[in-house]
Amino acid sequence: MIGLEHYLTVAATLFVIGIFGLFLNRKNVIILLMSIELMLLAVNINLVAFSSFLGDLVGQVFTLFVLTVAAAEAAIGLAILVCFFRNRGTIDVEDVNMMKG
Amino acid sequence: MMQADLTVILPEIVLAVYAMLALIGAVYSSRDDLAPALVWLTTAVMAGLAVWIATGTGGTRIAFGGMFIDDGFARFSKVAILVSAAVVLVMSQDYMSRRGILRFEYPILVALTSVGMMVMVSAGDLMSLYMGLELHSLALYVVAALRRDNVKSTEAGLKYFVLGALSSGLLLYGASLVYGYAGTTVFAGIVQTVSQDDLSLGLLFGLVFLISGIAFKVSAVPFHMWTPDVYEGSPTPVTAFFATAPKLAAMAMLARILYDAFGGISGDWGQVLALLSLLSMFLGAVAGIAQRDIKRLMAYSSIAHMGYALMGLAAGTEFGVQAMLIYMAIYITMNVGTFAFILMMERDGRPVTDIRALNLYARREPGKALAMLILLFSLAGVPPMLGFFGKFYVLRAAYEGGLIWLAVAGVIASVIGAFYYIRIVYYMYFGDEGEELDTRSSPALWGALMACAAAMILGIVNMFGVEAAAAAAAATLVN
Repeated sequence: MIGLEHYLTVAATLFVIGIFGLFLNRKNVIILLMSIELMLLAVNINLVAFSSFLGDLVGQVFTLFVLTVAAAEAAIGLAILVCFFRNRGTIDVEDVNMMKG
Repeated sequence: MMQADLTVILPEIVLAVYAMLALIGAVYSSRDDLAPALVWLTTAVMAGLAVWIATGTGGTRIAFGGMFIDDGFARFSKVAILVSAAVVLVMSQDYMSRRGILRFEYPILVALTSVGMMVMVSAGDLMSLYMGLELHSLALYVVAALRRDNVKSTEAGLKYFVLGALSSGLLLYGASLVYGYAGTTVFAGIVQTVSQDDLSLGLLFGLVFLISGIAFKVSAVPFHMWTPDVYEGSPTPVTAFFATAPKLAAMAMLARILYDAFGGISGDWGQVLALLSLLSMFLGAVAGIAQRDIKRLMAYSSIAHMGYALMGLAAGTEFGVQAMLIYMAIYITMNVGTFAFILMMERDGRPVTDIRALNLYARREPGKALAMLILLFSLAGVPPMLGFFGKFYVLRAAYEGGLIWLAVAGVIASVIGAFYYIRIVYYMYFGDEGEELDTRSSPALWGALMACAAAMILGIVNMFGVEAAAAAAAATLVN
């Protein structure tokens, strides 16, 4: 029997993979965008699991909001990335280093 | 019922509809020379809304089943947000149009991010909080990368986007845990579950994730990494905007969620905030010393100031919230004035941000140098200026809230931090001979600089009524 805790474990694992993807990734900015998406989807799993567990629809409504905003966020991220690529000619994470820090 | 709800969020609707109409109009005409007019129109709309909100009906109104709260606290924050955004828009106009980066998108994006901030400070539900936060952040990512032909600006936008998205993810994960363990997303419902029984581990985790997500937005240590780079890379008017309204909005949102949803356990989150506050104050004070770029220096300065504002919240009392609001109002005024000065720093028409360029500035421009001296002393917290009273309020709040060690640490950090403000004063008055800055100044920038400097002196009489307004606002939040 698959219970709430299984869903929460999967979501927590995906979320942590997403965070590690953000910090350990040294190759490509696109992978950063994928990691962010993974984090948001982990949250969605959490919300839907809780929603079904509580018998309450609010969590699923929240999920729809998160999905919509994630799409907008990805669009803006890619737009900024295109601008960056035009200026630098590369999207390697190591090259995002004009300013120290 | 619906009509009553819509009346409560009418200011937000007006600003959002204005932004969309302006966008359609500007895209149809597709003329960038309309941008200065649009800046003034947006400023007028925002100023009008600020007056409307400030003079509007009192009391607490709740709309959409608790999702949106319009109370004294929200109104205080909204007026401060709208006024500072409008002032920064006016200051940007001359600087940006001379460099050919004033596009019509800029005032529209500022208007949209202001809508987001107004929703953030009025949110009564995790969903409306998230939507407001995202509207605010998405517009700010674009504004940071406004100079799209400039490497530094696009890099600032990219860094801000990645770390901002990470912070949204943390906040959302916290929100999902809070929803799961409290069974509701409405703050009024969460606060009942929290105060009823012992705090469940899930709720505590959710709270910590929520606080970390918001700590990114207020750039509190250890979530501050983006701040110096974004401040340095963005065009200076945009940096001025980053340093003012969004900081206040994020701080007010933090107060809102902590008191409305987790008011019963102020001891638990008080410790977390006290730690964030301590780290921010010291890192801001120490790391700023090494900076020669005035925009990076202002970034560390803002990190330190956020530490003090968090100290007020960490006290967990009504007086603490009042102190935080007063501190933020003073902080915004100081930053508007300082950035007006930074916007005027240029040589042969090109912006200069190295503080050594200010060598002997006082000989050529005694008036502006004196105004900057007052603002820098105020930022450092030197007694006769208003900045000292802001620090005095938060320190008193921490002392009365039993955080004596934090208040002592705050005094020490403020002494350390005073070094880099006073070094700029030293350069201006006693530096070496060097290349001179232009003496050109625009009326808007000069006016903003002088008005803010004068406010730092004249405000010590009665703080222009901000103290009483902040007290009333804090009373509606904490009850």
